[in-house]
Amino acid sequence: MTATADVTAALQAKFPAATPRPSGDHPALNLPIVEVVAALKYLRDEFAYDFLVDVTAIDNGVEATPRFTTVWHVYSTAGHGYVRIAADCASDENPVAPTVSHIWPTANWHERETYDLLGVKFEKHPDLRRILMWDGYPYHPLRKDFPLAGIQTPLPDLEVSELTGATVKPAPMAGGPFVASPGEMNMTDAEPRAKDESWNERREKPASE
Amino acid sequence: MATEYAFPDNAAKTDAAAQEFQTEKMSLAMGPSHPSTHGVLRLQLELDGEIVTHCDPILGYLHRGDEKIAENMTYNQFVPYTDRLDYLAPLANNVAYAIAVEKLANLKVPARCEAIRVICCELARISAHLLGLGAYGIDVGAWSVFLYSFEEREKLYKLFEELTGARFTTSYTRIGGVARDVPEGWNDRVGKFCDQFLPILEEILNLLTRNKIFTDRTQGVGIISREDAIGYGLTGPNLRGSGVAFDLRKDKPYSGYKQYEFDIPVGTTGDCYDRYLCRGEEMRQSVRIVRQVLKNFPSGAYYAEDAKKIFAPRKDKVLTSMEELINNFMITTEGPQMPAGEVYFEAENPKGALGFFIVSKGGGVPYRLKIRSPSFCNLSILPKVCQGALVSDVVSILGSLDFVMGECDR
Repeated sequence: MTATADVTAALQAKFPAATPRPSGDHPALNLPIVEVVAALKYLRDEFAYDFLVDVTAIDNGVEATPRFTTVWHVYSTAGHGYVRIAADCASDENPVAPTVSHIWPTANWHERETYDLLGVKFEKHPDLRRILMWDGYPYHPLRKDFPLAGIQTPLPDLEVSELTGATVKPAPMAGGPFVASPGEMNMTDAEPRAKDESWNERREKPASE
Repeated sequence: MATEYAFPDNAAKTDAAAQEFQTEKMSLAMGPSHPSTHGVLRLQLELDGEIVTHCDPILGYLHRGDEKIAENMTYNQFVPYTDRLDYLAPLANNVAYAIAVEKLANLKVPARCEAIRVICCELARISAHLLGLGAYGIDVGAWSVFLYSFEEREKLYKLFEELTGARFTTSYTRIGGVARDVPEGWNDRVGKFCDQFLPILEEILNLLTRNKIFTDRTQGVGIISREDAIGYGLTGPNLRGSGVAFDLRKDKPYSGYKQYEFDIPVGTTGDCYDRYLCRGEEMRQSVRIVRQVLKNFPSGAYYAEDAKKIFAPRKDKVLTSMEELINNFMITTEGPQMPAGEVYFEAENPKGALGFFIVSKGGGVPYRLKIRSPSFCNLSILPKVCQGALVSDVVSILGSLDFVMGECDR
């Protein structure tokens, strides 16, 4: 059984740039993004963290710098413990992270999903296509500047869209139930859409945008 | 008899055939609505005659943006959305989500609540595996299993309805407890269900385990090696079928699983048949766990009483006490108040490890909530397993992976 204190200490000794990351449960470390692959490999080979559980990213907000943080979770099937590795992506406009799909094939789909929903590009990924949204979809919906209601876009089948004029329309929020926003207490200010009753299923949204 | 599909010199063989008969590879879209895809999954197959040379799963037909939705509502409001992840075992999803958020709040729920949750999880597991077996039977040509297993599921639904008020979309847990206590006499009825279920389970499994048609279509088909299973992030019966004794109920016990005795079935060859056997045995083990819980069912509160800012107070208290009224109002409008921080919690669901990664900046709404869905990871091995298989084997492999698209696409 690997003691968790050992892992963080060993990682920090091996990668001096690593800093502890505040965490509610598992050992967690912040690393420079260039060292992530080496660190994960080191975890797998030396500490038997053989199971890549999850790859995802966090959008820290439109104004925040660094805007995107990529997060990896690894698990040890022998030691029964998790480790969280986080790394900030260098560029806010074109966030890039290294792929680990050559170490764990499961990363292939996780990285495709992260690229699809948050727009983090994984370098040297063998097949970086969208996975949940359709090919050619122009946005990354989990970014904080993407509205919850959605944005009007053509249908996945452009031919049908051109012929019929049909589009994917934003969802009418109809006053709720989305009434709050993280960290803000005043809900009327926090979620103005909830109070915007100028449009609904039957009435088109006013063309102000 | 295990069928052997050895095509040692596949490329050369197909080249020669192409020259001789002027054949070419065919592209076939299996799905998005195909009976064996159990939902809306599309497999873009490239075929050389009957042999799959390339398989590209296309997901997203059921994508609803659950993670985006979660960022825009309070923690309790998201519970009904977890029903719709693995909609064959909504109770297990409810429990996994509630425990994840409680971990964020550093909240411990009383023993009675944990016991109720364990019963919920195990009954949900039985119900999910029954459906898995029934549907798998249909896929490979054994219709009767479905009829038997659905009768049992109906009985489970009755129990769920009594407990939660809903048959299907249960939304039973709250952060810090469950929506209501178990109804009177419910435990006895669960016990009775267990008693009558075991013989029927044997009957159901007997329909398949030594069924010649079934064994021919599953044994030696879709073999996943131990290394591949771990590398591709498989969890649940699919991983255990490949011989890895990985079960979060044992390895990282939550909700009081530590005190119950049960075994983890593992396979030896990692083929479709092993995965089926694992599911069958897991149902027996689930009954075993439920019986243990019922035997020592704890008394006390069914929610964390000290968590006044998290669990909404009881209605009679709300109507009579000022403080409770205010708490109820705040929890309903602002959501249960959480500290800032990050947690990752995984629970052993019927399909595998369902994980929630929650990033909180304080308040009643998650800043980011990532759902690690077992079906998504389990499906990612498809391109590898399907390569070189027959088209009819693809059906068998899909059924044995037992995935749910609601969870895969989120």
